[in-house]
Amino acid sequence: MNKRVEVLKTYKLYIGGKFSRTESGRYFKLEDKKGHTVANLCQSSRKDFRNSVVVARKAQIAWEERSAYNKGQILYRIAENLEGRKSELADLISAERKLDKKKADEEVNDAIDTFLYFAGWTDKYQAIFSSVNPVASSHFNFSILEALGVVSSIMGPDNNFQQLAALISAAIAGGNTLITLVPAELSLSAMTLAEVIHHSDVPAGVVNILTGFEDELLEHMAGHMDVNALLYWGDKKETVIKIRELSESNLKRSVFWPTEKNRARSPYSIYDLQEIKTTWHPIEQIGGATSAY
Amino acid sequence: MDFKNTPNIDQQGLIERANRFKSRSIKKEAKLSGLKLALSMIDLTTLEGKDTKEKVKQLCMKAVHPDLELNVPSVAAVCVYPSLVSTAKKALKGSGVKVASVATAFPSGQSDQKLKVEETKYAVNEGADEIDMVISRGKFLEGEYNYVFDEIAMIKEACGKARLKVILETGELGTPDQIRKASDIALYAGGDFIKTSTGKISQAATMPISLLMLEAIRDFYYKTGEMRAMKPAGGISDAKTALHYLVMLNETLGDQWMSNQWFRFGASRLANDLLMQLKKQQSGFYQSADYFSKD
Repeated sequence: MNKRVEVLKTYKLYIGGKFSRTESGRYFKLEDKKGHTVANLCQSSRKDFRNSVVVARKAQIAWEERSAYNKGQILYRIAENLEGRKSELADLISAERKLDKKKADEEVNDAIDTFLYFAGWTDKYQAIFSSVNPVASSHFNFSILEALGVVSSIMGPDNNFQQLAALISAAIAGGNTLITLVPAELSLSAMTLAEVIHHSDVPAGVVNILTGFEDELLEHMAGHMDVNALLYWGDKKETVIKIRELSESNLKRSVFWPTEKNRARSPYSIYDLQEIKTTWHPIEQIGGATSAY
Repeated sequence: MDFKNTPNIDQQGLIERANRFKSRSIKKEAKLSGLKLALSMIDLTTLEGKDTKEKVKQLCMKAVHPDLELNVPSVAAVCVYPSLVSTAKKALKGSGVKVASVATAFPSGQSDQKLKVEETKYAVNEGADEIDMVISRGKFLEGEYNYVFDEIAMIKEACGKARLKVILETGELGTPDQIRKASDIALYAGGDFIKTSTGKISQAATMPISLLMLEAIRDFYYKTGEMRAMKPAGGISDAKTALHYLVMLNETLGDQWMSNQWFRFGASRLANDLLMQLKKQQSGFYQSADYFSKD
């Protein structure tokens, strides 16, 4: 009997709720420890990024307007669905980052717990970060958080799978839509995570995942006028400088998380991708009520 | 002409041919001039119950100066309801941008012929350079082709010097055969333009239907030697699609049709996307709708 030929998976991009090949038709190889090809990955082009921004923009308002409760439910659903793909993900992580299996298992567990963690924060971060402010006039003055909008992000090569989970959950828990460029070292697990996200009731366009090279896409990600924030989770100084320079054009928020800094379990990860909106509401005399405002 | 014998349309062939136009690669200089040409062909349109004089004035400003930083041409025309024609006329004075007005009980066309003629005359007297009429789709579907033909001829007469655009509302006509028939009726009855849609129903301009209509114009030209114009309207909102239409126009009718005298886009959102693309060509960065005026 003939030996069965294994069906290999084609790794694509995740844009607007669809798994599509790069429009450029370019691919690069991911190799294992022994130099064997593990997979061919899409090398995203600036047009793939542009298309992602279009779908992310389209999805943003509706996603922000979903109730905090619903956003929490959806993040929880991702965690539930990830549980079922644990061993597959651990295998992929150990292949792409050349890690031993035990370490990879831990990373997947941490990632699942991270989605769960942020699911809990969706209806709480407003209460923690909003404030009523003392002002010296007849105004009721308060500050609340609003999503920045379309957030793009670049993950450095030293990030792990849990950090990817944290990035995605922090961005979308706060009502943003996200386009993230993952390095080759996270590509297989990231695209498998995209499959989980895809069937966890996350609306199309809310999360978009690209594989490819930072050097090629950085300029377009930082310069795009319809991107509200660019988060760089990595340590390259030149990248930081370039982002700062190009973000100027539309006053894009640039957020920098060094690899070592653990933002995986912190509500400040949500806060970093929020805008503070302050309202001055005229009121009558407030002294009578001995208010402290 | 016997309109019962207009050509039948090969629908599959039409769709495949239309898809071919999407595969042309237009880059750099050619793209830049294509984008500018498309911008100059736009009929900037506002046809809403809530239209006000100020909104129309603002639209006219945009029509004349689509962007203050970019070196771009004005659009072809501003299209409004008859009651706002005089406002637009005043605002566009001396700019070269035309004023177009819908008429004939737009968008349904369900009214008495006398009233339709009166409405057309009213719009022309107010200063409209172009009239966008709708055909009586009900009558057309009843097979009353002569009625439809006569009505168009009547409106054309009422237009005087104004150019007449005949809206077929292709989404309501059913089959491609019917659309071809309606196109022929409109062309032979004296319509200066044939136009796909009102923009008020969901199926607006598509490339295959526009191709069909361009072919009707081509056949009309071969038979009579007269050039007629085309206006796809509704649903064309991005620059890429506009460029596809220009390729289709060029490959179907040829170079002499490549001006706003002979081709228009009925669109309001398209202008901003073209401007965003032009700005992108200039700055190198993709643009955001936030930085372009909505009207």
